[in-house]
Amino acid sequence: MSLSLTTAEGRQMMHLMLLIRAFEERMLKLVSDGSIRGTTHPYVGQEAVAVGACFPLRRDDWVVSTHRGHGHLLAKGGDPNRLMAELFGKIAGYGGGKGGTQHMADFAVGHLGSNGITGGGIPVGTGAALSAKMRGTDQVVAVFFGDGATNQGTFHESLNLAALWHLPVIFVCENNGYAMSTSVRQACAIEQLAERAASYGMPGVQVDGMDVVVVRDAMRGAVERARAGRGPTLLECKTYRFLGHSKSDQRVYRSREEEAAWRQRDPIIRLREAMLENGLDKATELDALARQALAAVDTAVDFAQASPFPPPSAATEGVFAEARE
Amino acid sequence: MRELTYWQALQETLRDAMRQDSTVFLMGEDIGAYGGAFGVTRGLLDEFGPERVRCTPISEAIIVGAATGAALTGMRPVVEIMFMDFLTLAMDQLTNHAAKFRYMYGPQARVPLVIRTPAGGGRCYGATHSQSLEAWFLHVPGLKVVAPSTPADAKGLLTAAIRDDNPVLFVEHKLLYASIGDVPEGDYCLSLGRAIVRRRGSDVSLVSYSYYTGVALAAAEELAALGIDAEVVDLRSLAPLDVATVVDSVRKTGRLVCIEEGPRTGGVGAEIAALIAEHAYEYLDAPVRRIGATDTPIPFSPALEPVALPQRADIVRTVQEMFACKR
Repeated sequence: MSLSLTTAEGRQMMHLMLLIRAFEERMLKLVSDGSIRGTTHPYVGQEAVAVGACFPLRRDDWVVSTHRGHGHLLAKGGDPNRLMAELFGKIAGYGGGKGGTQHMADFAVGHLGSNGITGGGIPVGTGAALSAKMRGTDQVVAVFFGDGATNQGTFHESLNLAALWHLPVIFVCENNGYAMSTSVRQACAIEQLAERAASYGMPGVQVDGMDVVVVRDAMRGAVERARAGRGPTLLECKTYRFLGHSKSDQRVYRSREEEAAWRQRDPIIRLREAMLENGLDKATELDALARQALAAVDTAVDFAQASPFPPPSAATEGVFAEARE
Repeated sequence: MRELTYWQALQETLRDAMRQDSTVFLMGEDIGAYGGAFGVTRGLLDEFGPERVRCTPISEAIIVGAATGAALTGMRPVVEIMFMDFLTLAMDQLTNHAAKFRYMYGPQARVPLVIRTPAGGGRCYGATHSQSLEAWFLHVPGLKVVAPSTPADAKGLLTAAIRDDNPVLFVEHKLLYASIGDVPEGDYCLSLGRAIVRRRGSDVSLVSYSYYTGVALAAAEELAALGIDAEVVDLRSLAPLDVATVVDSVRKTGRLVCIEEGPRTGGVGAEIAALIAEHAYEYLDAPVRRIGATDTPIPFSPALEPVALPQRADIVRTVQEMFACKR
């Protein structure tokens, strides 16, 4: 196996995947013990998609995220402290505790926001790409969404407009096999969702979303194409969420055998083995990265716990932007 | 001052805004060479080109959603939704996204977005091309709703909407496009959220907006001939709503009639009536009356549409009833 990867790149991607994994696993514990209220949609298993897709992006490129969005924010360079604080509903969180798990943004790192409506962010990302084009920047936009969102009208309206206007946007479909409990087979008349690109006159590519290097390389091509003004791409990443849709999901719609088979393809183990086999790194170094990720999450939890809750007055503030002058 | 039609005032405002600010652009269905279904954007394609006058496919969700994304990232889009009825196709983008981003994402997010849309019946367009849906949007925190009744207000309020850093639903009326009035030249910007008293009176307050302001004024003239002196309040902006001006009027007259074109149930008038009950109950000399469309889809037939939509005679009769019965 030949790997087009430097040690530095591999470490960076490993660092981010480990951070996302550690963050989400810790979050689930905090949900279980009641520290975090509400719902959550863990990203565990899909780390290669967020990290691989964000890797070729510049800091000033935009991403638009989903209900399962913590991975996208961390992969784009977001702050795990403010992310964790938002999950706690604390004032130090990204939205001062007013957005929560499905609704946060960090414009400074090019994260334009996650949201809780399936397919809802696709038009917004398409509009950011229109804005980049009209303002004459060479920014590109990566819009994340799941397999379920490809059955929403917004998906089709967005792809059509993006192709029609040659917008610099990459539509990153994270096909994890299930829209909540509904399998792709139950919901889509075709198996390969990337084929849907053909009806909009844009390239559609399906890649192994459990391999971060494969995702990165496919994304790199799509980003270059978009940045050069050659229009959008639909990138379908075949992946799997190792856990349930949300905290209450008992996963009755799929077998434990299927889950075990996908866990054999764990993107973190896969990158680790690839780096070791290719002599890019030592096991001790990669182990150290894992410890650093856990430590970063400890820090994030401490940060979140130390932050106060927002005062009651915050509930009615910030609905509108005030005039600038 | 010179006279312009309502549509000319809107067009002048769009043209001026686009000349002044390169981030202002238009997006919508058939707004290019066709000039929009009601002609507001005619000629703008020639001056500004297809990059800034963007004709879209018939895809209302992406029109509003893409405008929202563009607004978040430094542009000031003004989109046209061809008929207000079609806003239903963009409801998620408008209510779950554009209106909520500022609150959820905090001060980093601004959504300077204007959605222009023609509302209203009176032209026998039937149930899906005639509605006045503005009351729905009063229930959406984070959204401003404006509905001018004169060419001058069309200019002053659209200018304000374009300069506002929040999503503004700008409700035009099909029957007003050809109306004529004095319009200030040069820069003319009104404040959003200020009602205006169009006719001073002492006996009853007729509170309305958009096309029905004119209907209320005509009804007031009829009432004057009957010896009833009606005050007519034009709300101009429904969100934010200028409660104080309505309260002041009702304190003076002691009687309130709310007039709108949308269905009466759950309407703008219901909200006004509730606010008056809270703020000026002790000044009322008669029960508040609401006039609006029947709670039906709007019928097509020229014999039926005027039955479903409120008429001047309904206003006159209602006011007469208020004076006929003692509290």
